[in-house]
Amino acid sequence: MLLLFVLTALVPGDPVTALLGPQASPEYARRFVAEMGLDQPLPIRFLRFFGHVLAGDLGTDPISGRRVWAMVAAVVPYTVVLTFASIGLAVALGVPLGCIAAVRPGSVADHMLAFGSVTLIAVPGFVVAIVLLLVFSVWLDWLPVLGAGRAGDWADQARRLVLPVLALAAGWVGYIARLVRASMLEVLNEPYIRTSRAFGLPRRVILYKYALKNACVPVVAVVGLGVGRLLGGAVLIEIVFARPGLGRLVLDAINSRNTAVLQGAVLVVVVLFALANLGADLLYAAIDPRLRRPG
Amino acid sequence: MTFLRRVLGRPGGMVGAAIVAAVAAAALFAPWLSPYDPDRLSILERFAGLSPAHVLGTDQLGRDLLSRLLHGASVAMAVSLSSIGLALLGGTALGLLAASASPVWERAVLVLFDIVASFPSLILALAVVAVLGPSNTHLVGVVAVTLAPQFGRVARAQVLTVRALPFLEAERILGASAWRIMAHHVLPNIAGPLIVLASMEIPVVITIEAGLSFIGLGVRPPLASWGTLIYDGYSYLSDSTLPVLVSSAALALATLGFTLLGEAVRDAVDPRSVR
Repeated sequence: MLLLFVLTALVPGDPVTALLGPQASPEYARRFVAEMGLDQPLPIRFLRFFGHVLAGDLGTDPISGRRVWAMVAAVVPYTVVLTFASIGLAVALGVPLGCIAAVRPGSVADHMLAFGSVTLIAVPGFVVAIVLLLVFSVWLDWLPVLGAGRAGDWADQARRLVLPVLALAAGWVGYIARLVRASMLEVLNEPYIRTSRAFGLPRRVILYKYALKNACVPVVAVVGLGVGRLLGGAVLIEIVFARPGLGRLVLDAINSRNTAVLQGAVLVVVVLFALANLGADLLYAAIDPRLRRPG
Repeated sequence: MTFLRRVLGRPGGMVGAAIVAAVAAAALFAPWLSPYDPDRLSILERFAGLSPAHVLGTDQLGRDLLSRLLHGASVAMAVSLSSIGLALLGGTALGLLAASASPVWERAVLVLFDIVASFPSLILALAVVAVLGPSNTHLVGVVAVTLAPQFGRVARAQVLTVRALPFLEAERILGASAWRIMAHHVLPNIAGPLIVLASMEIPVVITIEAGLSFIGLGVRPPLASWGTLIYDGYSYLSDSTLPVLVSSAALALATLGFTLLGEAVRDAVDPRSVR
Protein backbone atom coordinates (compact mmCIF):
# COMPACT_ATOMS: atom_id res chain seq x y z
CA MET A 1 0.00 0.00 0.00
CA LEU A 2 2.78 2.36 0.98
CA LEU A 3 4.64 1.31 -2.14
CA LEU A 4 1.74 2.49 -4.24
CA PHE A 5 1.86 5.93 -2.67
CA VAL A 6 5.60 6.11 -3.20
CA LEU A 7 5.11 5.06 -6.79
CA THR A 8 2.47 7.66 -7.43
CA ALA A 9 5.04 10.22 -6.42
CA LEU A 10 7.81 8.54 -8.41
CA VAL A 11 6.04 7.72 -11.60
CA PRO A 12 5.50 11.08 -13.28
CA GLY A 13 9.24 11.75 -13.26
CA ASP A 14 9.42 9.65 -16.31
CA PRO A 15 7.12 11.43 -18.76
CA VAL A 16 8.30 14.80 -17.58
CA THR A 17 11.94 14.18 -18.25
CA ALA A 18 11.05 12.33 -21.43
CA LEU A 19 8.56 14.84 -22.79
CA LEU A 20 10.80 17.82 -22.28
CA GLY A 21 13.38 16.24 -24.57
CA PRO A 22 14.96 18.35 -27.31
CA GLN A 23 13.16 16.61 -30.17
CA ALA A 24 10.38 19.14 -30.66
CA SER A 25 10.54 21.20 -33.83
CA PRO A 26 13.09 24.06 -33.57
CA GLU A 27 10.75 27.05 -33.56
CA TYR A 28 8.47 25.35 -31.07
CA ALA A 29 11.41 24.37 -28.91
CA ARG A 30 12.66 27.96 -28.84
CA ARG A 31 9.32 29.34 -27.83
CA PHE A 32 8.82 26.58 -25.33
CA VAL A 33 12.24 27.12 -23.81
CA ALA A 34 11.56 30.81 -23.42
CA GLU A 35 8.10 30.41 -21.98
CA MET A 36 8.69 27.50 -19.68
CA GLY A 37 12.17 28.30 -18.44
CA LEU A 38 13.56 25.16 -20.02
CA ASP A 39 17.05 26.60 -20.15
CA GLN A 40 17.16 25.68 -16.49
CA PRO A 41 18.94 22.45 -15.57
CA LEU A 42 16.81 19.32 -15.51
CA PRO A 43 16.38 18.85 -11.76
CA ILE A 44 15.22 22.44 -11.37
CA ARG A 45 12.69 22.05 -14.18
CA PHE A 46 11.53 18.87 -12.60
CA LEU A 47 11.10 20.48 -9.19
CA ARG A 48 9.37 23.49 -10.67
CA PHE A 49 6.91 21.37 -12.59
CA PHE A 50 6.12 19.40 -9.49
CA GLY A 51 5.90 22.49 -7.37
CA HIS A 52 3.24 23.74 -9.76
CA VAL A 53 1.50 20.38 -9.93
CA LEU A 54 1.30 20.17 -6.16
CA ALA A 55 -0.18 23.63 -6.15
CA GLY A 56 -2.80 22.36 -8.58
CA ASP A 57 -1.30 24.05 -11.63
CA LEU A 58 -0.53 22.02 -14.73
CA GLY A 59 0.79 25.00 -16.66
CA THR A 60 -0.54 26.88 -19.67
CA ASP A 61 -1.10 25.68 -23.19
CA PRO A 62 1.36 27.80 -25.21
CA ILE A 63 -0.82 27.52 -28.33
CA SER A 64 -4.28 28.46 -27.13
CA GLY A 65 -3.18 30.20 -23.95
CA ARG A 66 -5.71 28.22 -21.91
CA ARG A 67 -4.88 26.62 -18.58
CA VAL A 68 -3.97 22.98 -19.11
CA TRP A 69 -5.82 22.15 -15.93
CA ALA A 70 -9.04 23.59 -17.34
CA MET A 71 -8.57 21.76 -20.64
CA VAL A 72 -8.03 18.45 -18.88
CA ALA A 73 -10.87 19.03 -16.43
CA ALA A 74 -13.23 19.77 -19.32
CA VAL A 75 -12.71 16.35 -20.91
CA VAL A 76 -12.00 14.10 -17.92
CA PRO A 77 -15.70 13.52 -17.11
CA TYR A 78 -16.31 12.06 -20.60
CA THR A 79 -13.47 9.57 -20.23
CA VAL A 80 -14.31 8.71 -16.64
CA VAL A 81 -17.98 8.12 -17.46
CA LEU A 82 -17.03 5.99 -20.45
CA THR A 83 -14.52 3.96 -18.44
CA PHE A 84 -16.72 3.35 -15.43
CA ALA A 85 -19.84 2.63 -17.47
CA SER A 86 -17.79 0.04 -19.39
CA ILE A 87 -16.40 -1.57 -16.24
CA GLY A 88 -19.91 -1.58 -14.78
CA LEU A 89 -21.35 -3.22 -17.88
CA ALA A 90 -18.51 -5.73 -18.03
CA VAL A 91 -19.12 -6.76 -14.42
CA ALA A 92 -22.90 -6.78 -14.84
CA LEU A 93 -22.66 -9.12 -17.83
CA GLY A 94 -19.47 -11.01 -17.01
CA VAL A 95 -20.36 -12.15 -13.49
CA PRO A 96 -23.68 -13.83 -14.37
CA LEU A 97 -22.17 -15.38 -17.51
CA GLY A 98 -19.28 -16.78 -15.48
CA CYS A 99 -21.76 -18.19 -12.95
CA ILE A 100 -23.81 -19.88 -15.65
CA ALA A 101 -20.66 -21.50 -17.00
CA ALA A 102 -19.40 -22.54 -13.56
CA VAL A 103 -22.68 -24.07 -12.40
CA ARG A 104 -22.64 -26.57 -15.25
CA PRO A 105 -19.00 -27.11 -16.22
CA GLY A 106 -18.64 -29.05 -19.44
CA SER A 107 -22.16 -28.25 -20.64
CA VAL A 108 -22.97 -26.83 -24.05
CA ALA A 109 -23.56 -23.43 -22.49
CA ASP A 110 -20.15 -23.63 -20.82
CA HIS A 111 -18.38 -24.42 -24.08
CA MET A 112 -20.22 -21.70 -25.95
CA LEU A 113 -19.40 -19.17 -23.26
CA ALA A 114 -15.77 -20.27 -23.25
CA PHE A 115 -15.46 -19.71 -26.98
CA GLY A 116 -17.39 -16.45 -26.76
CA SER A 117 -15.12 -15.18 -24.00
CA VAL A 118 -11.95 -15.93 -25.93
CA THR A 119 -13.34 -14.19 -28.97
CA LEU A 120 -14.31 -11.13 -26.97
CA ILE A 121 -10.91 -11.02 -25.30
CA ALA A 122 -8.99 -11.51 -28.52
CA VAL A 123 -10.69 -9.04 -30.82
CA PRO A 124 -9.29 -5.52 -30.41
CA GLY A 125 -11.72 -3.02 -28.91
CA PHE A 126 -11.47 -0.54 -31.74
CA VAL A 127 -12.41 -3.23 -34.23
CA VAL A 128 -15.48 -4.00 -32.12
CA ALA A 129 -16.18 -0.27 -32.09
CA ILE A 130 -16.03 0.02 -35.86
CA VAL A 131 -18.23 -3.00 -36.39
CA LEU A 132 -20.82 -1.71 -33.87
CA LEU A 133 -20.72 1.66 -35.56
CA LEU A 134 -21.29 0.06 -38.96
CA VAL A 135 -24.12 -2.17 -37.84
CA PHE A 136 -26.08 0.04 -35.47
CA SER A 137 -25.48 3.47 -36.91
CA VAL A 138 -24.73 3.11 -40.59
CA TRP A 139 -26.84 0.10 -41.55
CA LEU A 140 -29.62 -0.02 -38.98
CA ASP A 141 -29.53 3.69 -38.16
CA TRP A 142 -30.71 2.98 -34.60
CA LEU A 143 -28.28 5.07 -32.64
CA PRO A 144 -26.51 8.34 -33.33
CA VAL A 145 -22.78 7.86 -33.55
CA LEU A 146 -20.45 10.72 -33.38
CA GLY A 147 -19.68 13.10 -30.57
CA ALA A 148 -20.81 13.05 -26.97
CA GLY A 149 -24.16 14.72 -27.46
CA ARG A 150 -25.52 18.16 -26.68
CA ALA A 151 -24.52 19.58 -23.33
CA GLY A 152 -27.36 19.36 -20.82
CA ASP A 153 -29.36 16.89 -22.91
CA TRP A 154 -28.96 13.76 -20.77
CA ALA A 155 -30.99 11.45 -22.98
CA ASP A 156 -28.95 12.37 -26.05
CA GLN A 157 -25.67 11.96 -24.19
CA ALA A 158 -26.75 8.57 -22.84
CA ARG A 159 -27.77 7.37 -26.31
CA ARG A 160 -24.40 8.37 -27.69
CA LEU A 161 -22.68 6.53 -24.85
CA VAL A 162 -24.25 3.14 -25.67
CA LEU A 163 -21.99 2.02 -28.51
CA PRO A 164 -18.67 3.28 -27.09
CA VAL A 165 -19.45 1.57 -23.78
CA LEU A 166 -20.34 -1.68 -25.52
CA ALA A 167 -17.15 -1.57 -27.56
CA LEU A 168 -14.93 -0.81 -24.59
CA ALA A 169 -16.64 -3.35 -22.33
CA ALA A 170 -16.66 -6.24 -24.84
CA GLY A 171 -13.21 -7.61 -24.03
CA TRP A 172 -13.76 -7.26 -20.32
CA VAL A 173 -17.07 -9.12 -20.39
CA GLY A 174 -15.18 -12.14 -21.70
CA TYR A 175 -12.33 -11.67 -19.31
CA ILE A 176 -14.51 -11.30 -16.22
CA ALA A 177 -16.77 -14.17 -17.25
CA ARG A 178 -13.74 -16.45 -17.44
CA LEU A 179 -12.33 -15.22 -14.18
CA VAL A 180 -15.62 -15.68 -12.34
CA ARG A 181 -16.01 -19.16 -13.80
CA ALA A 182 -12.54 -20.23 -12.71
CA SER A 183 -12.76 -18.78 -9.22
CA MET A 184 -16.33 -20.01 -8.77
CA LEU A 185 -15.22 -23.57 -9.60
CA GLU A 186 -12.40 -23.22 -7.11
CA VAL A 187 -14.68 -21.90 -4.38
CA LEU A 188 -17.25 -24.64 -5.01
CA ASN A 189 -14.56 -27.19 -4.15
CA GLU A 190 -13.94 -25.69 -0.73
CA PRO A 191 -14.93 -27.55 2.41
CA TYR A 192 -17.33 -24.87 3.61
CA ILE A 193 -19.47 -25.32 0.53
CA ARG A 194 -19.56 -29.05 1.09
CA THR A 195 -20.53 -28.42 4.70
CA SER A 196 -23.39 -26.12 3.76
CA ARG A 197 -24.54 -28.71 1.25
CA ALA A 198 -24.47 -31.32 3.99
CA PHE A 199 -26.59 -29.03 6.13
CA GLY A 200 -29.18 -29.17 3.40
CA LEU A 201 -29.10 -25.54 2.34
CA PRO A 202 -30.83 -24.93 -0.98
CA ARG A 203 -28.43 -24.96 -3.95
CA ARG A 204 -29.42 -21.43 -4.88
CA VAL A 205 -28.48 -20.07 -1.47
CA ILE A 206 -25.16 -21.89 -1.51
CA LEU A 207 -24.29 -20.71 -4.99
CA TYR A 208 -25.33 -17.10 -4.82
CA LYS A 209 -25.06 -16.29 -1.16
CA TYR A 210 -21.92 -18.16 -0.09
CA ALA A 211 -19.93 -19.09 -3.17
CA LEU A 212 -20.37 -16.03 -5.36
CA LYS A 213 -19.28 -13.63 -2.65
CA ASN A 214 -15.87 -15.26 -2.39
CA ALA A 215 -15.62 -15.92 -6.09
CA CYS A 216 -15.91 -12.19 -6.74
CA VAL A 217 -12.78 -11.29 -4.78
CA PRO A 218 -10.35 -11.70 -7.70
CA VAL A 219 -12.73 -9.71 -9.90
CA VAL A 220 -12.17 -6.65 -7.74
CA ALA A 221 -8.40 -6.86 -8.23
CA VAL A 222 -8.77 -7.31 -11.96
CA VAL A 223 -11.20 -4.44 -12.25
CA GLY A 224 -8.67 -2.15 -10.56
CA LEU A 225 -6.02 -3.09 -13.09
CA GLY A 226 -8.62 -3.01 -15.81
CA VAL A 227 -9.31 0.66 -15.34
CA GLY A 228 -5.79 1.42 -16.52
CA ARG A 229 -6.08 -0.80 -19.57
CA LEU A 230 -9.50 0.70 -20.26
CA LEU A 231 -8.09 4.22 -20.12
CA GLY A 232 -5.67 3.16 -22.85
CA GLY A 233 -8.43 1.49 -24.85
CA ALA A 234 -10.65 4.52 -24.39
CA VAL A 235 -8.21 6.56 -26.48
CA LEU A 236 -9.01 4.52 -29.56
CA ILE A 237 -12.71 4.25 -28.82
CA GLU A 238 -12.96 8.00 -28.38
CA ILE A 239 -11.31 8.49 -31.74
CA VAL A 240 -13.55 6.00 -33.54
CA PHE A 241 -16.68 7.64 -32.14
CA ALA A 242 -15.25 11.18 -32.34
CA ARG A 243 -15.96 11.72 -28.65
CA PRO A 244 -14.20 14.32 -26.56
CA GLY A 245 -12.06 12.85 -23.78
CA LEU A 246 -8.58 12.39 -22.41
CA GLY A 247 -7.60 10.16 -25.30
CA ARG A 248 -8.69 12.71 -27.83
CA LEU A 249 -6.85 15.44 -25.91
CA VAL A 250 -3.64 13.38 -25.81
CA LEU A 251 -3.82 12.60 -29.51
CA ASP A 252 -4.54 16.20 -30.50
CA ALA A 253 -1.67 17.33 -28.29
CA ILE A 254 0.64 14.87 -30.01
CA ASN A 255 -0.43 15.91 -33.47
CA SER A 256 0.02 19.60 -32.72
CA ARG A 257 3.24 18.85 -30.80
CA ASN A 258 1.73 20.51 -27.77
CA THR A 259 4.02 19.25 -25.04
CA ALA A 260 2.46 21.22 -22.20
CA VAL A 261 -0.99 19.75 -22.78
CA LEU A 262 0.43 16.31 -23.42
CA GLN A 263 2.32 16.38 -20.14
CA GLY A 264 -0.70 17.46 -18.16
CA ALA A 265 -3.01 14.94 -19.78
CA VAL A 266 -0.59 12.03 -19.40
CA LEU A 267 0.03 13.00 -15.79
CA VAL A 268 -3.70 12.94 -15.12
CA VAL A 269 -4.06 9.55 -16.82
CA VAL A 270 -1.24 8.09 -14.74
CA VAL A 271 -2.69 9.53 -11.53
CA LEU A 272 -6.14 8.15 -12.39
CA PHE A 273 -4.54 4.80 -13.08
CA ALA A 274 -2.69 4.83 -9.76
CA LEU A 275 -5.83 5.89 -7.90
CA ALA A 276 -7.79 3.07 -9.52
CA ASN A 277 -5.16 0.57 -8.41
CA LEU A 278 -5.14 1.99 -4.93
CA GLY A 279 -8.93 1.89 -4.78
CA ALA A 280 -8.94 -1.72 -5.89
CA ASP A 281 -6.34 -2.63 -3.28
CA LEU A 282 -8.34 -0.97 -0.52
CA LEU A 283 -11.56 -2.58 -1.67
CA TYR A 284 -9.80 -5.90 -1.90
CA ALA A 285 -8.68 -5.70 1.70
CA ALA A 286 -12.11 -4.52 2.78
CA ILE A 287 -14.03 -7.40 1.24
CA ASP A 288 -11.55 -10.17 1.94
CA PRO A 289 -10.63 -10.32 5.62
CA ARG A 290 -7.91 -12.86 4.85
CA LEU A 291 -5.84 -10.13 3.20
CA ARG A 292 -5.90 -7.81 6.17
CA ARG A 293 -2.67 -7.66 8.02
CA PRO A 294 -2.95 -8.97 11.57
CA GLY A 295 -2.60 -6.39 14.29
CA MET B 1 5.96 -34.61 -30.29
CA THR B 2 3.68 -35.20 -27.33
CA PHE B 3 3.83 -31.48 -26.67
CA LEU B 4 2.66 -30.71 -30.18
CA ARG B 5 -0.10 -33.28 -29.83
CA ARG B 6 -1.19 -31.76 -26.54
CA VAL B 7 -1.40 -28.32 -28.15
CA LEU B 8 -3.21 -29.47 -31.26
CA GLY B 9 -5.40 -31.92 -29.34
CA ARG B 10 -7.59 -29.11 -28.08
CA PRO B 11 -10.11 -27.69 -30.51
CA GLY B 12 -8.96 -24.17 -29.67
CA GLY B 13 -5.34 -25.14 -30.25
CA MET B 14 -6.16 -26.70 -33.61
CA VAL B 15 -8.12 -23.69 -34.87
CA GLY B 16 -5.54 -21.29 -33.45
CA ALA B 17 -2.65 -23.18 -35.04
CA ALA B 18 -4.42 -23.19 -38.40
CA ILE B 19 -5.01 -19.42 -38.29
CA VAL B 20 -1.48 -18.73 -37.08
CA ALA B 21 -0.06 -20.94 -39.82
CA ALA B 22 -2.08 -18.98 -42.38
CA VAL B 23 -0.94 -15.63 -40.99
CA ALA B 24 2.68 -16.81 -40.84
CA ALA B 25 2.49 -18.04 -44.42
CA ALA B 26 0.97 -14.74 -45.49
CA ALA B 27 3.70 -12.85 -43.66
CA LEU B 28 6.55 -14.91 -45.09
CA PHE B 29 5.33 -15.21 -48.65
CA ALA B 30 3.43 -11.94 -49.04
CA PRO B 31 5.47 -10.78 -52.06
CA TRP B 32 4.75 -14.03 -53.91
CA LEU B 33 1.16 -14.57 -52.75
CA SER B 34 -0.02 -11.06 -53.53
CA PRO B 35 -1.75 -10.75 -56.87
CA TYR B 36 -0.68 -7.08 -57.15
CA ASP B 37 1.93 -4.71 -55.83
CA PRO B 38 0.32 -3.50 -52.56
CA ASP B 39 1.13 0.12 -53.43
CA ARG B 40 -0.03 -0.01 -57.07
CA LEU B 41 -2.57 2.77 -57.54
CA SER B 42 -5.48 2.37 -59.89
CA ILE B 43 -7.84 5.26 -59.36
CA LEU B 44 -10.34 3.97 -61.91
CA GLU B 45 -10.83 0.85 -59.84
CA ARG B 46 -11.30 2.59 -56.48
CA PHE B 47 -13.76 0.92 -54.08
CA ALA B 48 -14.10 -2.09 -56.36
CA GLY B 49 -16.28 -4.79 -54.84
CA LEU B 50 -15.48 -8.47 -54.56
CA SER B 51 -14.47 -9.76 -57.99
CA PRO B 52 -12.10 -12.32 -59.49
CA ALA B 53 -9.67 -9.51 -60.35
CA HIS B 54 -9.71 -8.13 -56.80
CA VAL B 55 -10.73 -10.97 -54.52
CA LEU B 56 -11.24 -8.69 -51.51
CA GLY B 57 -11.92 -5.49 -53.42
CA THR B 58 -9.85 -2.30 -53.51
CA ASP B 59 -9.35 0.74 -51.26
CA GLN B 60 -9.87 4.46 -51.82
CA LEU B 61 -6.89 4.63 -54.21
CA GLY B 62 -7.76 1.44 -56.05
CA ARG B 63 -5.04 -0.56 -54.33
CA ASP B 64 -5.73 -4.28 -54.10
CA LEU B 65 -6.88 -5.06 -50.55
CA LEU B 66 -5.80 -8.69 -50.54
CA SER B 67 -2.26 -7.71 -51.46
CA ARG B 68 -2.23 -4.98 -48.82
CA LEU B 69 -3.59 -7.32 -46.14
CA LEU B 70 -0.97 -9.96 -46.95
CA HIS B 71 1.78 -7.36 -46.60
CA GLY B 72 0.07 -6.15 -43.42
CA ALA B 73 0.59 -9.63 -42.01
CA SER B 74 4.36 -9.23 -42.55
CA VAL B 75 4.30 -5.91 -40.70
CA ALA B 76 2.28 -7.33 -37.80
CA MET B 77 4.55 -10.35 -37.48
CA ALA B 78 7.77 -8.35 -37.82
CA VAL B 79 6.70 -5.83 -35.18
CA SER B 80 5.34 -8.38 -32.72
CA LEU B 81 8.17 -10.89 -33.04
CA SER B 82 10.94 -8.31 -32.84
CA SER B 83 9.46 -6.39 -29.92
CA ILE B 84 8.59 -9.55 -28.00
CA GLY B 85 12.06 -10.91 -28.72
CA LEU B 86 13.63 -7.74 -27.35
CA ALA B 87 11.33 -7.72 -24.33
CA LEU B 88 12.10 -11.40 -23.69
CA LEU B 89 15.86 -10.82 -23.83
CA GLY B 90 15.90 -7.56 -21.89
CA GLY B 91 13.27 -8.57 -19.36
CA THR B 92 14.87 -11.95 -18.69
CA ALA B 93 18.31 -10.36 -18.29
CA LEU B 94 16.93 -7.85 -15.78
CA GLY B 95 14.95 -10.57 -14.03
CA LEU B 96 18.08 -12.71 -13.68
CA LEU B 97 19.95 -9.68 -12.40
CA ALA B 98 17.24 -9.01 -9.84
CA ALA B 99 17.27 -12.61 -8.70
CA SER B 100 21.04 -13.00 -8.41
CA ALA B 101 22.57 -9.59 -7.72
CA SER B 102 22.69 -7.70 -4.44
CA PRO B 103 19.44 -6.60 -2.75
CA VAL B 104 20.09 -3.01 -3.85
CA TRP B 105 20.09 -4.05 -7.50
CA GLU B 106 17.06 -6.23 -6.92
CA ARG B 107 15.18 -3.30 -5.38
CA ALA B 108 16.23 -1.00 -8.23
CA VAL B 109 15.13 -3.42 -10.94
CA LEU B 110 11.80 -4.08 -9.24
CA VAL B 111 11.10 -0.37 -8.84
CA LEU B 112 11.96 0.12 -12.52
CA PHE B 113 9.48 -2.62 -13.44
CA ASP B 114 6.81 -1.01 -11.25
CA ILE B 115 7.36 2.38 -12.84
CA VAL B 116 7.01 1.05 -16.37
CA ALA B 117 4.03 -1.08 -15.38
CA SER B 118 2.27 1.86 -13.78
CA PHE B 119 1.68 3.41 -17.19
CA PRO B 120 -1.17 2.07 -19.25
CA SER B 121 0.90 0.62 -22.12
CA LEU B 122 -0.92 2.43 -24.91
CA ILE B 123 -0.54 5.75 -23.09
CA LEU B 124 3.18 5.15 -22.60
CA ALA B 125 3.51 4.25 -26.26
CA LEU B 126 1.64 7.43 -27.21
CA ALA B 127 3.86 9.58 -25.00
CA VAL B 128 7.09 8.09 -26.30
CA VAL B 129 6.04 8.22 -29.93
CA ALA B 130 4.97 11.81 -29.38
CA VAL B 131 8.38 12.79 -28.09
CA LEU B 132 10.61 10.74 -30.37
CA GLY B 133 8.41 10.99 -33.43
CA PRO B 134 6.70 8.04 -35.07
CA SER B 135 9.05 5.49 -36.62
CA ASN B 136 9.08 1.74 -36.92
CA THR B 137 12.10 1.44 -34.63
CA HIS B 138 10.50 3.55 -31.91
CA LEU B 139 7.35 1.48 -32.18
CA VAL B 140 9.22 -1.77 -31.64
CA GLY B 141 11.31 -0.21 -28.88
CA VAL B 142 8.43 1.21 -26.90
CA VAL B 143 6.39 -1.98 -27.13
CA ALA B 144 9.42 -3.96 -26.00
CA VAL B 145 9.90 -1.64 -23.02
CA THR B 146 6.27 -1.92 -21.93
CA LEU B 147 6.40 -5.71 -22.14
CA ALA B 148 9.81 -6.27 -20.58
CA PRO B 149 8.68 -5.99 -16.92
CA GLN B 150 6.28 -8.90 -17.35
CA PHE B 151 9.09 -11.13 -18.62
CA GLY B 152 11.40 -9.80 -15.94
CA ARG B 153 8.99 -10.58 -13.12
CA VAL B 154 8.29 -14.07 -14.40
CA ALA B 155 12.01 -14.72 -14.91
CA ARG B 156 12.87 -13.51 -11.41
CA ALA B 157 10.11 -15.54 -9.75
CA GLN B 158 11.12 -18.64 -11.70
CA VAL B 159 14.79 -18.25 -10.84
CA LEU B 160 13.95 -17.93 -7.17
CA THR B 161 11.88 -21.12 -7.34
CA VAL B 162 14.35 -23.12 -9.40
CA ARG B 163 17.39 -22.05 -7.43
CA ALA B 164 16.03 -23.63 -4.27
CA LEU B 165 15.78 -27.06 -5.92
CA PRO B 166 18.11 -29.78 -4.59
CA PHE B 167 19.89 -30.46 -7.88
CA LEU B 168 21.18 -26.89 -8.02
CA GLU B 169 22.37 -27.16 -4.47
CA ALA B 170 24.24 -30.29 -5.54
CA GLU B 171 25.79 -28.40 -8.46
CA ARG B 172 26.93 -25.66 -6.11
CA ILE B 173 28.48 -28.18 -3.74
CA LEU B 174 30.27 -29.77 -6.69
CA GLY B 175 31.80 -26.36 -7.32
CA ALA B 176 30.03 -25.27 -10.52
CA SER B 177 30.46 -21.58 -11.22
CA ALA B 178 27.51 -19.21 -10.87
CA TRP B 179 27.67 -18.60 -14.62
CA ARG B 180 27.59 -22.29 -15.45
CA ILE B 181 24.65 -22.84 -13.11
CA MET B 182 22.76 -19.95 -14.67
CA ALA B 183 23.38 -20.86 -18.29
CA HIS B 184 23.17 -24.64 -18.11
CA HIS B 185 20.70 -25.27 -15.35
CA VAL B 186 18.58 -22.26 -14.47
CA LEU B 187 17.84 -20.89 -17.93
CA PRO B 188 16.59 -24.15 -19.47
CA ASN B 189 14.36 -24.66 -16.46
CA ILE B 190 12.74 -21.25 -16.56
CA ALA B 191 12.31 -21.14 -20.34
CA GLY B 192 8.86 -22.77 -20.38
CA PRO B 193 6.85 -20.07 -18.61
CA LEU B 194 8.71 -17.35 -20.51
CA ILE B 195 7.86 -18.91 -23.84
CA VAL B 196 4.23 -19.28 -22.80
CA LEU B 197 4.17 -15.61 -21.83
CA ALA B 198 5.78 -14.68 -25.14
CA SER B 199 3.16 -16.57 -27.13
CA MET B 200 0.36 -14.99 -25.08
CA GLU B 201 1.75 -11.52 -25.79
CA ILE B 202 1.74 -11.83 -29.58
CA PRO B 203 -1.95 -10.90 -30.01
CA VAL B 204 -1.51 -8.10 -27.48
CA VAL B 205 1.34 -6.61 -29.49
CA ILE B 206 -0.52 -7.01 -32.77
CA THR B 207 -3.39 -5.08 -31.18
CA ILE B 208 -1.11 -2.31 -29.89
CA GLU B 209 0.63 -2.01 -33.26
CA ALA B 210 -2.68 -1.88 -35.12
CA GLY B 211 -4.09 0.60 -32.59
CA LEU B 212 -1.12 2.94 -32.91
CA SER B 213 -1.14 2.64 -36.69
CA PHE B 214 -4.88 3.31 -36.65
CA ILE B 215 -4.28 6.70 -35.09
CA GLY B 216 -1.34 7.38 -37.36
CA LEU B 217 1.44 6.87 -34.81
CA GLY B 218 2.46 3.34 -35.68
CA VAL B 219 4.29 1.99 -38.69
CA ARG B 220 5.11 4.59 -41.31
CA PRO B 221 3.83 4.67 -44.85
CA PRO B 222 4.34 3.18 -47.38
CA LEU B 223 4.24 0.10 -45.15
CA ALA B 224 0.68 -1.18 -44.97
CA SER B 225 -0.27 -2.14 -41.43
CA TRP B 226 -3.65 -3.65 -40.62
CA GLY B 227 -4.25 -0.66 -38.39
CA THR B 228 -3.53 1.74 -41.26
CA LEU B 229 -5.83 -0.22 -43.54
CA ILE B 230 -8.63 -0.10 -40.98
CA TYR B 231 -8.13 3.63 -40.59
CA ASP B 232 -8.24 4.16 -44.37
CA GLY B 233 -11.42 2.11 -44.56
CA TYR B 234 -12.90 3.95 -41.61
CA SER B 235 -12.15 7.34 -43.20
CA TYR B 236 -13.98 6.38 -46.38
CA LEU B 237 -16.84 4.60 -44.65
CA SER B 238 -19.43 6.62 -46.53
CA ASP B 239 -17.98 5.52 -49.90
CA SER B 240 -17.62 1.83 -49.20
CA THR B 241 -17.91 -0.36 -46.13
CA LEU B 242 -15.99 -3.22 -47.72
CA PRO B 243 -12.38 -2.11 -46.99
CA VAL B 244 -12.99 -1.48 -43.29
CA LEU B 245 -14.88 -4.76 -42.90
CA VAL B 246 -12.25 -6.83 -44.68
CA SER B 247 -9.30 -5.34 -42.84
CA SER B 248 -11.04 -5.44 -39.45
CA ALA B 249 -11.90 -9.08 -40.07
CA ALA B 250 -8.26 -9.86 -40.92
CA LEU B 251 -7.01 -8.22 -37.73
CA ALA B 252 -9.70 -9.84 -35.56
CA LEU B 253 -9.06 -13.27 -37.06
CA ALA B 254 -5.31 -12.99 -36.54
CA THR B 255 -5.57 -11.88 -32.90
CA LEU B 256 -8.15 -14.61 -32.25
CA GLY B 257 -5.88 -17.23 -33.80
CA PHE B 258 -2.85 -16.17 -31.78
CA THR B 259 -4.91 -15.99 -28.58
CA LEU B 260 -6.31 -19.50 -29.08
CA LEU B 261 -2.88 -20.91 -29.88
CA GLY B 262 -1.25 -19.08 -26.96
CA GLU B 263 -3.81 -20.47 -24.56
CA ALA B 264 -3.43 -23.97 -25.93
CA VAL B 265 0.35 -23.70 -25.49
CA ARG B 266 -0.14 -22.49 -21.93
CA ASP B 267 -2.50 -25.33 -21.11
CA ALA B 268 -0.12 -27.85 -22.63
CA VAL B 269 2.86 -26.54 -20.66
CA ASP B 270 0.97 -26.16 -17.42
CA PRO B 271 -1.92 -28.62 -17.13
CA ARG B 272 -2.82 -27.09 -13.75
CA SER B 273 -4.13 -23.97 -15.49
CA VAL B 274 -6.98 -26.00 -17.00
CA ARG B 275 -9.84 -26.08 -14.61
